[in-house]
Amino acid sequence: MSVGIVGYGAHLPRRRIKVEEIAKVWGADAPSYKKGLELLQKSVPALDEDTITLSVEAVRNALTRAGGIDPADIGALYIGSESHPYAVKPSGTIVAEAIGAVPSCHTADFEFACKAGSEAMFVAYGLVKAGLVKYAVGIGGDTSQGAPGDALEYSAAAGSAAFIMGDDPDKMLATVDETYAFMTDTPDFWRREHQFYPSHGGRFTGEPAYFRTTLGAVNGLLEKANLKPEDFRWAVFHQPNGKFPARVAKMAGFTEEQYDVGRLVPLLGNTYSGASPLGLTAILDVAQPGDRIFMCSYGSGAGSDAFVYTVQDRIREVQNLAPKTRWMLEENTIQVEYGEYAKMRRKIRLAGE
Amino acid sequence: MPSARSWRAYPQTYRLEASRCSGCQKTFFPPRQVCNACSGREFETFRMGYGGTVVTHTVIRTPGDQFQGEAPFAVGIIAMDDGPKMTTQIVDVPLEEIRIGMKVKLEFRRMYAEGHDGVIEYGHKAVPLRE
Ligand SMILES: [Zn+2]
Repeated sequence: MSVGIVGYGAHLPRRRIKVEEIAKVWGADAPSYKKGLELLQKSVPALDEDTITLSVEAVRNALTRAGGIDPADIGALYIGSESHPYAVKPSGTIVAEAIGAVPSCHTADFEFACKAGSEAMFVAYGLVKAGLVKYAVGIGGDTSQGAPGDALEYSAAAGSAAFIMGDDPDKMLATVDETYAFMTDTPDFWRREHQFYPSHGGRFTGEPAYFRTTLGAVNGLLEKANLKPEDFRWAVFHQPNGKFPARVAKMAGFTEEQYDVGRLVPLLGNTYSGASPLGLTAILDVAQPGDRIFMCSYGSGAGSDAFVYTVQDRIREVQNLAPKTRWMLEENTIQVEYGEYAKMRRKIRLAGE
Repeated sequence: MPSARSWRAYPQTYRLEASRCSGCQKTFFPPRQVCNACSGREFETFRMGYGGTVVTHTVIRTPGDQFQGEAPFAVGIIAMDDGPKMTTQIVDVPLEEIRIGMKVKLEFRRMYAEGHDGVIEYGHKAVPLRE
């Protein structure tokens, strides 16, 4: 029996800040960021938005597309994030309560830098495949932060994507045909306990980390599935900036036509755990039955999870049932200036705080 | 401290659970014990949809401690498409653009947090409906 995605949904904050707006505050050169990182703007969560609120909206959109499944039949719910609102107290309990999946539901919060979301998807898929639960939800969401003035500040963004895994043939939107994980201990990016902002290894984040790990997963999965890049209609990779996914795609043998739809980062920024999952939602929004999709996440530390999906006939019936990712990204937006952005991200402390 | 009262209200604040009078079909949010139209005491619980319309609104410029740093913000009465009315913040829209009759959608948001070490209270706020 095939197991796969029976519902998917995304949610993005409406606010955006342009690279120029951040650069002018720090006297930095905006054109070099735009060209060097292929970043034009990034999403900014409001004061009342966090990983939990974005994820609740994403799951609700996924439920809408899952066509009337009873939330009580969701036997597991996992959120991957590196910005869980609480240090101690799960995010998943609040999301499960908000969608009505409680109390008979297994929940855990996952962390693994930017690949925590694909981990949640992998485990949700595995539990359905094992026959332990009827439906399981995997979520990748973040409201990530970069230190003011640091290169990360130009890209650290917010968004969430949710996938309901199941084995009901009538509800199937995209089967999961094969998976592969590639992981080594590589210290390219970290945040110690009690530190507000993360540290990174500068140039060390590229070659030995992102590219080696992503390519390891890509090649491992293609070999395991006995497929070639040209067997896929679409591909989506982790996207910390605009350049990395384009370069890794070319190195692996994929074309711009395959990766362009899922590469949201120039207009969205790096949504960390949400990055490749959100790219997948944008692909599912336009995919046709029979299309094969390649997905590969990347999380510093370092590891990649890769998936092969095949889109099913029912996709056409559900694409318009909930807001499409590109619409949220490109049209449903509010531009903010640095002052409002700093307030939104609590980069300035209020008197008495 | 987290309050037992807000915890008991999670079905309403998290899932928008309302009640419908079995006698006269009038809907209530939050749910009631006795129907104020027909005095009926039997209700069925249902989950409201997220759509509604602004009935009236006001701008808060001097908020309580919990909303420090957020003012000015709008609070409105929303007539839900499923019947009941509820009071909540209207966000993600310039204050001068809020209109009576404006279509809105409820989104899950942080309502307030108790300082930097207290519990975070979640609920629903209204955003303009855009399609
Ligand atoms: Zn009545």
